[in-house]
Amino acid sequence: MYLLQYDFIRHALLAGILVSIACGIVGTYVVIKRIVFISGSIAHIAYGGIGLGYFLGINPLWGAFAFTTVSALGMGMISYKAKQKEDTIIGIMWAVGMAIGIILVQQCDSYTADLMSYLFGNILMVPVNDLIFTGILDIIIIAIVYYYFEEFKAVSFDEEFARSAGIKTERFYILLLLLVALTVVVMIRAVGIILVIALLTIPPTIARQYTQRLGHMMFLAVILGIIFTTGGLYFSFCFNLPSGATIILLSAASFFISLSLQKLKNHMLNLMSGKNSFYEKG
Amino acid sequence: MADEFNVIEIRNLWVIINGRSILRDVNLEVEEGDFLGIIGPNGGGKTTLLKVLAGLIKPTYGEVKIGGKKLNYNSKYIGYVPQYSFFDYDFPITVEEVVLLGRIAHKKGRSFSVYDREKAYEMLQKVEMYDYRHRQIGELSGGERQRVLVARALALEPHILLLDEPTASADQRFAAGFYEILRDLNKEMTIILVSHDISAVSKYVNNIACLNQTLYFNEGKTISPEVIEKVYHCPVELIAHGVPHRVLPPHDGVVGD
Ligand SMILES: Nc1ncnc2c1ncn2[C@@H]1O[C@H](COP(=O)(O)OP(=O)(O)OP(=O)(O)O)[C@@H](O)[C@H]1O
Ligand SMILES: [Mg+2]
Repeated sequence: MYLLQYDFIRHALLAGILVSIACGIVGTYVVIKRIVFISGSIAHIAYGGIGLGYFLGINPLWGAFAFTTVSALGMGMISYKAKQKEDTIIGIMWAVGMAIGIILVQQCDSYTADLMSYLFGNILMVPVNDLIFTGILDIIIIAIVYYYFEEFKAVSFDEEFARSAGIKTERFYILLLLLVALTVVVMIRAVGIILVIALLTIPPTIARQYTQRLGHMMFLAVILGIIFTTGGLYFSFCFNLPSGATIILLSAASFFISLSLQKLKNHMLNLMSGKNSFYEKG
Repeated sequence: MADEFNVIEIRNLWVIINGRSILRDVNLEVEEGDFLGIIGPNGGGKTTLLKVLAGLIKPTYGEVKIGGKKLNYNSKYIGYVPQYSFFDYDFPITVEEVVLLGRIAHKKGRSFSVYDREKAYEMLQKVEMYDYRHRQIGELSGGERQRVLVARALALEPHILLLDEPTASADQRFAAGFYEILRDLNKEMTIILVSHDISAVSKYVNNIACLNQTLYFNEGKTISPEVIEKVYHCPVELIAHGVPHRVLPPHDGVVGD
């Protein structure tokens, strides 16, 4: 508890909570609609934007914001226009985004230490301005998902039927990718570009093991995200470890523990029903 | 003929994908309250035609009017039951929610109304899946899942119902009952049914068409043996085995004589 007297710790905790909200909600769609690859690509393209931010001398997060939203729009269109080559094109955009970043960063070689925090995150150093930015994006994400909950469900579950029933599925798909883009920007400070995809997918995947309902899955994913960021923060502070990586390792460890518990539970259930029929026969 | 209202009008429809014509110059008029059966060989383009009507495939050439308007405007009132669905069986969604999504374009505001729910329950009862409503969609058998998809299409209270081999994985008992349900529904809506089950089709529909790239259609539920042979590229007996008297006209030209 004594840790809470520090301002930067309180800020870090708040950052963890705000990031977990975006992550849990949007990550749930990423997992159930299976757009992990696209999301990973959007996350890495953000690096180009970071580079642009350095190059222009503005807050790199604004650069990331521009790059992720534009690439989300582009990918949304591509998946409708070039279905067969979608994977390849997304992979190429991923690489191009990073290449642009590398070149732009190299043009102004003064800030490379700070750059590490964008790649690997540092939840202990999130400025207050970015906290406000994150909070606003959270509100936008919650409002959109609250209002279009059923539409997103329809489009994620069975896009073809939704379209035949008269829903403009392209629009909702692109909107969903835009939410992914916003979430990526929010997460960069806390866990860094490289680790975004893990925090986006691990909490919802664990949540899925415990519920059949989409809404519950989101809620549980948010709670898990908060536990992982807070726990990761604690360990990284106590043992002087990099925060982003600690958060991810904690999440991954929890994922495997949860998976084993589920396996064990199923095994016990099967064993029990096997025994019952055995006794019935005997 | 002139005062009958055509809910569907297809004129010179061509669908060409990657340079291969899948539908050529299809012309079709379907009157309101019609029950049209479409038969044809594998790859004949039946699914493609239904997808055009459901607004999922754009015609390459030609005109498709539904309810007197150009496509798209009325998709809210088209119930489509696909031949295959490619959704994720692990998706966190219950049977009840799937059927409710049939009402997605009808709901007002952000969530479904009591009426929407009643409709969904009614249709679940109709296909005898009401007791399964709280199950996760992946925990159903293929035939059960197909019934849920029928309920979903019905839940949107369609004016036109498009069914792509809806009984392909149904057991005989349900299939028989299902055709009775369709006969009943036909009082309220126009139905187009794609099926390989010619005997069932000929028993319930009032018009039958044969599709192999082009559509062979003349009013009534009989098809001349010449058309069948042309479409399937094989003798009639192989196709209409056991049911020639219902599908084929009684006399003129039993082939092979
Ligand atoms: N997306 C596509 N791209 C290219 N060709 C396609 C596509 N979809 C269908 N086809 C082709 O169009 C033709 C008609 O297919 P369709 O699925 O409409 O046939 P069908 O009459 O429904 O057959 P079945 O009885 O097997 O269901 C087939 O030759 C198929 O190879
Ligand atoms: Mg087909």
